[in-house]
Amino acid sequence: MSLQFVVDGLLTGSMIGLGAIGVTLTYSILRFSNFAHGDFMAWGTYATLAVVSAIGATVGKVAPIAPLSFGWPLLVALVIGMAFTALLALLLDRVLFARLRSQGQAIIVVMASFGASMALRSLLEFTFTSRPTYFSRAIQIAMPVGFGIRITPDQIALLLLTAVLVLGVHLLMTRTQTGRSMQALSQNAALARIVGIDVASVVRVTWIIGGALACVAGVMIGILVQIRPFMGFDMLLPMFAAAILGGIGSIPGAVLGGLIIGLAEAGAVQLIGAEWRAAVSFIILMAVLFVRPIGLFGVRER
Amino acid sequence: MIETVLDVRDLEAGYEPGVPIVRGASITVNKGEIVVVLGPNGAGKSSFIKAIAGLVPITGGTVLLDGKDITAAPAHTMVRLGLAFVPQTENIFPLMSVEDNLRVACGILERREIPGRIQEMYAAFPDLIRQRRTAAGNLSGGQRQMLAVARALIVHPKVLVLDEPSAGLSPKFVSMVFEMLAGIRKSGVTILLVEQNAKAALAIGDRAYVLVEGKDRHEGIASELWNDPVVAELYLGQRPLRAEKGGAA
Repeated sequence: MSLQFVVDGLLTGSMIGLGAIGVTLTYSILRFSNFAHGDFMAWGTYATLAVVSAIGATVGKVAPIAPLSFGWPLLVALVIGMAFTALLALLLDRVLFARLRSQGQAIIVVMASFGASMALRSLLEFTFTSRPTYFSRAIQIAMPVGFGIRITPDQIALLLLTAVLVLGVHLLMTRTQTGRSMQALSQNAALARIVGIDVASVVRVTWIIGGALACVAGVMIGILVQIRPFMGFDMLLPMFAAAILGGIGSIPGAVLGGLIIGLAEAGAVQLIGAEWRAAVSFIILMAVLFVRPIGLFGVRER
Repeated sequence: MIETVLDVRDLEAGYEPGVPIVRGASITVNKGEIVVVLGPNGAGKSSFIKAIAGLVPITGGTVLLDGKDITAAPAHTMVRLGLAFVPQTENIFPLMSVEDNLRVACGILERREIPGRIQEMYAAFPDLIRQRRTAAGNLSGGQRQMLAVARALIVHPKVLVLDEPSAGLSPKFVSMVFEMLAGIRKSGVTILLVEQNAKAALAIGDRAYVLVEGKDRHEGIASELWNDPVVAELYLGQRPLRAEKGGAA
């Protein structure tokens, strides 16, 4: 078999991993599975696309940064899209999740997120139609890098971006007071309040990080594959599988889980055919739940 | 001159409206004192102290800290107001290192003050420095209690409030924890604690209250209360033999 699946798998895994960070943070800090997380991805991507178009309409055509397929407008739009997605997550929490959370029944919040997911997706379909669209229609030539592997400049850039973001979030979580507060809240919410942590502000940071990274993951999909209203929803299962595989609450775990699932999916496509792709995350998820229910980096609750 | 740090008046509190657990309890804690709140099981001791710390809804009465009304202030603002609380159980973050447990509690301190303050806590609790990188969940029961107390003290509280610090500890650790509290008082910290272990708590306390059915029923000098027949009666719910022989004390 060709080793090309390694590159494909790492890329898919990066997208899954970046999304899974948000899933794992929401799960460990807010204690619910946010099914709308995939739709944050899609909204972030469409917002980025809208800003790219707006920049294009104002300043005219901008040459891409060689050898990449995109120019500075996409980078600027990505930052704005991240901010937009973070705000969207904060808004949804304010109008929906926070109110239900205060009633103390986790399952209602989960169901609400399912509803929010459908509503957000339908709004995208209504506004942008369900026809796929692209950031760029230019075709990039993949460079051979040995062992029968080919990789495009865009792919290299996005893998690097993922690495930087993951490292950044990991340092934030382990080295800053905000990160320690997030860890504290996920381990013992009552004690977190006792030591002076303002739960509301930690919750806001959680949504901001989750939303912003969802946007990046979505834009990656948009650059490498295509932009569709369902693009995020289709990532939901692999993202949850990655978060559980890595151990709920663990940032490195979510990313490693994403990479494992990405590689397994890409390998499965080569070995047993593309129609089995989605089944692979299911199988891995179930296998992990059987063998090690707390995940790779998970720690048993005391 | 006696300076009152904590003044709790007619406190009423409970988790559900209309079902008070604390029913008009009043205590005062003066500067530099160790005040002990005793009481039989189910007397509402724990709810009383949690209500002061902002963890149980207060339905009546007032809590004054240094003369300032802190009644029903949100729990997360208590350290800033000067009240540091040590819960009975789950009083550390088990997956964080000992040092991160201390550091996460430093939110109200100036950034440049934090490293020095952590060193001061290590100096006061030398057991902790050897374990600074250990996940706090791996500490022994006594060390956990030390960490929880150090974490509370690190923000210079006006009053340190503890909910049954000896609960669940082996006898060796119980005496260690009470020695530690006596030492902390010597360094000038005011302490309020609720205890089931009356003998050990009265041995280090200055004054004590007996809480029964959510109300303070008796107050006295700690060293005298151990032999006080009224306490025995309230505490055990029956008149002790000694008091019957000798009549009312």
